[in-house]
Order: sequence, then structure tokens, then C-alpha cells
Amino acid sequence: MNDSARMFEPADYRSDQEVRWCPGCGDYAVLRAVEKALAELRADPDRTVFVSGIGCAARFPHYLATYGFHGIHGRAPAIATGIKLAKPELDVWVVGGDGDMLAIGTNHLIHALRRDVDLVIMILNNEVYGLTKGQASPTTPLGTRTPSTPLGVVERPLSACALALAAGARFVARALDVQQKLLPELLVRARNHRGAALVEILQNCVIYADGAWSHLSDKTRAPETRIVVRHGEPLLFANGRKGLALARDRAGLAIVEVGPEGPDAAGVLRHDERDRTLAALLADLAPPMPVALGVLYADPAPQSFERALRAQEEQARAREGARDLDALVRRAPTWEVAA
Amino acid sequence: MAELETPLSAGGAPARTRVRLSSVVVRLSGDSGDGIQVAGGQLALATALSGSDLETFPDFPAEIRAPSGTTYGVSSFQIHIADHRVHTVGDRPDVLVAFNPAALKVNLPDLREGALVVLDPDSFGPRALERARFAEDPRRDGTLSRFRVLEIPIEALARGAARGSGVSAREAGRTKNFWALGLILWMYDRDPAPVRAWIARRFASDPRLAAANRAAFDAGYAFGETSELALPTYTVARAPLPPGTYRTVTGHEALAFGLLDGARNAGLELVFCSYPITPASGLLHLLAGMRAYGVTTFQAEDEIAAVCAAIGASYAGAIGVTASSGPGMALKTEALGLAVAAELPLVVVDAQRAGPSTGMPTKTEQSDLFQAIWGRNGETPLVVLAAATPADCFAMAREAIRIAVHHMTPVVLLTDGYLANAAEPWRLPAFASEPEFPVRFPSPGEKTSPWARDARGVRPWIPPGTPGLAHRITGLEKDFETGAISYDPANHARMTEARRRKVLAVADDIPEQRCEQGEPGARLAVVGWGSTYGPIADAVAEVRARGGDVAQIHLRYLWPLPRNLGELLSSFGRILVPEMNTGQLAALLRACFLVPAESLSKVTGRPFAVRELVDAIERGLGEAP
Repeated sequence: MNDSARMFEPADYRSDQEVRWCPGCGDYAVLRAVEKALAELRADPDRTVFVSGIGCAARFPHYLATYGFHGIHGRAPAIATGIKLAKPELDVWVVGGDGDMLAIGTNHLIHALRRDVDLVIMILNNEVYGLTKGQASPTTPLGTRTPSTPLGVVERPLSACALALAAGARFVARALDVQQKLLPELLVRARNHRGAALVEILQNCVIYADGAWSHLSDKTRAPETRIVVRHGEPLLFANGRKGLALARDRAGLAIVEVGPEGPDAAGVLRHDERDRTLAALLADLAPPMPVALGVLYADPAPQSFERALRAQEEQARAREGARDLDALVRRAPTWEVAA
Repeated sequence: MAELETPLSAGGAPARTRVRLSSVVVRLSGDSGDGIQVAGGQLALATALSGSDLETFPDFPAEIRAPSGTTYGVSSFQIHIADHRVHTVGDRPDVLVAFNPAALKVNLPDLREGALVVLDPDSFGPRALERARFAEDPRRDGTLSRFRVLEIPIEALARGAARGSGVSAREAGRTKNFWALGLILWMYDRDPAPVRAWIARRFASDPRLAAANRAAFDAGYAFGETSELALPTYTVARAPLPPGTYRTVTGHEALAFGLLDGARNAGLELVFCSYPITPASGLLHLLAGMRAYGVTTFQAEDEIAAVCAAIGASYAGAIGVTASSGPGMALKTEALGLAVAAELPLVVVDAQRAGPSTGMPTKTEQSDLFQAIWGRNGETPLVVLAAATPADCFAMAREAIRIAVHHMTPVVLLTDGYLANAAEPWRLPAFASEPEFPVRFPSPGEKTSPWARDARGVRPWIPPGTPGLAHRITGLEKDFETGAISYDPANHARMTEARRRKVLAVADDIPEQRCEQGEPGARLAVVGWGSTYGPIADAVAEVRARGGDVAQIHLRYLWPLPRNLGELLSSFGRILVPEMNTGQLAALLRACFLVPAESLSKVTGRPFAVRELVDAIERGLGEAP
């Protein structure tokens, strides 16, 4: 909701609470990006709600000068759904970590996405449980030794973006916490998307999984390890020297060298964010393939879940007439008892 | 009570004089595909329109489509018809209509001595007897010697009557429920016109089926007039009900209306969030059909999401309501703690069923009282109410919303499988045009804070969207003054006390406990809660009619308890607490008031019979000081 009479600066969205994340935590960068996005959106703090579960990331609402509901572990998407059922006009954001959203609360995440509730859902994925001190999470890579897996993780990790697409999400994006231009841009787009918008943020935990994303954030390695996708543009990385094309021998993407004739001649695909199949291929890319960042998929439905429900209620009222409770209870046969 | 003024054998000659009955208990029973519930519903309607009092209860099989002819596929419907106020479906049927041997087998143990049993002889083939696991034909081996048996080829007669309507032989046979209904209406002197009108409406889209069912119904009714059989004929007079307009309601219907009316009186939108579970699902179905009347319904992905969405809706300024049954309530536990910590209004309906774990989903019990009052981690007080009868669900649902929104607290409303599905006459209330207990939200610019408690210890409700009052709430411990996260030891003690006192203060906002029957100081008090109201009321009335000095206390407010309850209980010589659990209320009363409450426990999945309670009361009076 916009309020054009006011100037909106990122600092306007900061609450009076002292931020208590560890020094150097990636959450600070995400908080900064959120403040920037809110300022750009000219979001009215009185009509904006941040909902979280439990975990380091779930402290988010306390640090923003909007309405906030810090709930219970994993249940933020369900609470947020209830808020939208009651007040569809509110801007509702959900913030959680990989434990919150991909372990204890995965069911609610899946169904919020499937229903297409008009929410921005941020998953701060640092591949570890932070607040409970370093246990393996559903995104921890194979072999990682943690206090709960001293012999190494034997479970294969989950991809938040692939899961979201499988759940029927109609907006899926991914960025690094340190991408202070891209991340606010994705958050603005997510907010402006009609329906559920999932943004996976690859966030660094300096204490328990430091450097989990350094292969993507390190300036010297980044050109080869990541690809930032933009709608309508060729899927290029390595400073334009390489691109992604359809593999010849299997259903998948392959790296091709881009010659002087340009990307089209090399068979490089152009990103189409309404192409769900391409989005699924991009979401699955993992080293040694470049990790895809940006808006992987965006294809809004005509109406979000809570608006569709409201529309049904309008139709029911129009069909049955504006009847009151007295008429309702008399839908069954009645009889009179005289005095 | 099903006391017959004249024995059933009084019928006989074709020229009939009707015997007046004070009350009668009729049970219809057959395969789940036999249309038992439809016929039962119409019998209830015809009874209601005749002015007698009634209570009904359907008994469905747990299996959705059980194999036909099996005992576990039997569906039954029982109705208690009386010329006086009755509160139960009656201990034992006076009449059983059994459409097949399995229905006879299942219901035999319940019948009273001398009961009338109506059977269809064509249904007693060798295969049907085998399916019902009768070694011998019960009509021949003396099994039915204690009963009066009428063998009428119901299905064949129905088929013959319906044949001319252009329906198939199979469809014609399926009208047997209406044929039987016609006969019963004739036997009990009920007006057939409302049923005829209902058939016309129900089958309006298929004139063939309308004609077939009407023909079968009329044939059943006419059979009574013309049959050579010695058919008994009775009449049950009108009951002295208070004047007004009535309809029948099940507990679930009354709950749905009460929730709608409660939200309207609070001036709030109703958001109902639920996950399918027996027996609570019926409430979701009903409200989902009432969305034109101011309710948003949401079928969540699980029990936890259902309660969390309801909490989210309440946070946003609607009244969030969720409903479940035992195992689902257990899943909602953590979220209830959040609602307590965040001090948000919420209504949770628990339609109790027999436990533990999955237990017996279709059977009734009242064993979630401890779970409702205490079943959460931490010191987590909330309000617990219980409805007493199907119609009482209306008032208690309204009350649950009133207390939740005016005390900023979750309220658990206990019903059970019996209340949910039983039906009785309900006098329609006068719906006020203006909200009776409106919620006042802070107006824009108002200087307040979410933690500025009033004299009752209640905090303001400030939904998001309120200008200038943006704030954060959390399930973490909060500073008493600022609401910021606090782990300060003294502050936690202060907040724990604030939450406790806020809930205890609800006792100032509820009625004092009174005696439903009898006076304080009686030799014996029978103290009940929930659906035991019916059998206790009827049993106490019976003993009092014989001069017994017994009082009835019925609790609708289980936590906090009414202010005067301790003093009232201390006035009685003895305190008997019948419950469909192993003594939860009895333990609560002993713990709270140090009174010698004695438990009368029943955990069979079935309600108390009036006879069981009369015996217990008389035993108690015999030993009372």
C-alpha cells in the first residue's frame, strides 16, 4: 500500500529493537535488502505484516517497524494464510530458515504455494540449524559433519526452488544474501507478483556453516559458478563466454562455449520466466553446473487464493440474496407452539 | 422415559382405538444403503410438527460402504417421542424396524421386553442369515420369544406400489424406507402431509422418483388401515413446550448458527479453519454451506495449519475458529500455547470421541476435559466451556466467541460425538438487529499499546492495518510493560501471574452456578457436564417425582469454574459425578474445592442410560447421611 505523501527511506522500516544476530551473519544483509525493497515499494508499515516461525531468521519481524507476528516453529505460512483469509488487503511476508520452512514446516510451505496465497515467502537457506547450535538441516550437503552427524550427513539435500515448483508455485526466485542489487530487486518483484512468491536466499551462517556459499559469492569464482537469469535474455555466464543450451543426448541443460557468432549460433537458450519446464531445469542446477540466480519462474494466476475465496462468497451472496441468520435457521421446516 | 401406559399387545382388532402413550422409543435399522437416516429424519419432522417432544440419534457404521447384510454395515436411527420434555433418545427401543437379519442381530440386545419388532420375511434368506452370523433362523429358534414380531414383506409391497411410476425394479425396491415410514406414521398417528411435501421437494428434479417414493409412502400408510394383521395403534400427545417458533437442530447445526450469531454480535467476520476428522467434520460441512451468511471457511492441510490459520485470522481482526476431535486437539496443542502467549481470541471446538489415540472415532466419550484445561506445555491457562444438549450448542458457541473476544483468550468449547449428531426441538431465538457485544478496536490516532492491560487484565486487540500502532507479538516471553522479548526472571513471574489472573477473571463475567433441579442442601447432588445433561436430567426428575431429595448441577463453564460453585457443592450431603471418562471432573472438583465428589464412570462409547443413573442416585440416597 502506497502513501505518496511520505518519503520512504530504508531506515524508516527499522524497529527500535537491538539486532541480536551474530556479528557477520548474513541475516544483516538480508534485513538491509528487505528495508531497501520496502522503501522502493513505498510500503505502508501499518499495512505490512512480517510473519515468522522459529530460528535465527525468524527473529526478522522484531527488527522491522511494520506489524509482526513471531509464531511457532514451521507454522508461519499457516498463520500468514489466516491473516490473508481475514484481511486480503494486507501485505504479508513470511520469513523462515531452512529448518523452519523445509523441515518442520514443509507441509505448510507446500500448501501455501499450491493454494497460491498472496504472500512473499523468504527462505533464508544457510544449510544448517543455527539457533539450536549447528545440527544438519534438510539442505546440508552430503558428508557434512555436524554435532548431530559426527560421521557425516548421509541424506541427500533438498532444493527449495525445485520443491516450490513441484508444489505448483507460480513465482520462484533465488539470490545470495550479499547480492544487494539483485536481492532487493527480486523482493520487489515478489511483492508485486499476485499470489504466492517464493524467494530462496542463500545466506551465510558465520558460526556453523561459514563459507557454504563462498563458491558463489567469491568474485573470482562467481563468473563460472553462477548464472543470473533475466527474462528474454540469453542464459549466459562466465562473462558471456559460456551459455546454457538444451543437451543433445538427454532431457537437460548443457554448457556450451559462445563463439564470435554469438549466443544464438551456439544454441544458447533465452530465459522465459513463464516456462515451467525450463525453470525446473534451472532450479536443479548444482555444481559443477552454474547455480541459477534471479527469477526462475513467474507466471501469475488470474486470482490469488484468498481473492478467489472472496469472489466465491460474493457469488454465493448474489445467488442466495442478502439473507440474514433468521432466514438461515428457517431453511428447515418450522412449527409454532402456541402460548 | 419410555413408559408405556398400556402394554403393546393392546392392539388387535381392525376397528382400532388408539392407545395413548406417554412416550415411545422407535429404532429404524438396516443396511447403510437402505435410506434409514432419511426415513428417520422425516419421522422426526412429522413428530415435531405434531407437537410432541423428541430427541433423535443416528448410529452410522464406521465403514463407508460396508458389504451389504453384514453387522458392521448396519445403520440405525433412534427417536424418542414424548408428551413431556425428554432429554435422551431413550434407554431401550419399544419398536424396532429391522430391514435385514444383520439389523435384527445388532439391535436385539438393546430392545426392551415385549418390544414390537417389524421384520421383512423376504430378507431372511439363508445367505442373509449367514452374513448376519445367525446359526439358526431367529424367528424359529425362540430368540424372539420375548418380543412381539410382525412380519411384513416391506420391500415387495413397496416395489409393488412404486412399480407404476416408471422406475426400475431396483429403484422401486429402494422405496422400502418410505413404505416403512408410512406404516410407522400411521401406527403412531402422525400427519403424513409434511413427508409428502418433503418427498415432492426432495425429488423435484426427478418426477419418477418423486412418484415412486410417494406411492410407497402412501402404500405403507394405507397398509395400516386395510391390513388384516393385528397392528397396534397409538398416539402420543403434544408436549408442553414454551411458546414460540421451533425447528429441530443437531448439535452441529446449533453450533454453526451459534458461531455465526456470536461473530455477528461481536461485529466481526467469522473465519472457520478446520481439517477433516470424525466427528467434528460435520461442522465444517455445514459452515462451508453458509458462506453467503458471513463465514469464510478454510480446509487446511492439517490440524496444526487449521489452528494456526485461525490464530492468524484472529490476529488480523476476525474471530478465528477451529474445530477438531481428540487426536486433532492433541496436534493443536502447541498453537494453543501460542494463542495464550500472544493473548489473542480464538475458539476451538472439540467434538470429543472415545480415545486414546485414534480410539473409536464414531463413539462418544467426554475424556478430553483434562486435555482442554491443562493439556499444554508451560503455565498456559485458557477458558473451557461445554455444551449440554444439541440446542444448547447455539448458546455456548455464542458464549465462546463473547468470552474470547472480550477477554483476549482462546476458548475451548467441548461437545462430543453424541451432541454433534443428536437432534432435538430448538426454539428459534429473536436475532437482534444490532451487535449485542461489539468489539471496540482502537481508533486511528488513539494512544494505546498492545500491552496496556485494563482492570480485568485484558490487553487491547490491535489488528494490523491500524494506523500508528504497528507492533510485534511473539510466543517468546514478553516484557510486561513494552512487549519486547524478555527473559528477566521477575518479569516472567509477573507475566505468568498476569495470564493466570486474566483467565480467572472470566469468572466475574459468567453466571453463578445454580441447580437445574432441586435445591442447595439436598441430600445428594448429581454434578454433570456436557452431554450427560440429558440422562442426568431425566434420571433426577424421575427420582424427584418419587420424592427423592436430589439436586442436579450442570456445569457449562469448566474453566474458570463459577465463583459460587465451591460453596454450593459444600451444601450437599453427597456429590455424585457421572462422566463418560474415568473421573476427570470429579478429580477437578476434589482438587479445587476439597469436596468428597464421587465418580460414576462409564467408558463404553455410549451415553449413560437413564436407568443406570436412577439406580446410582437411589443407591446414593440410600447411603446418604
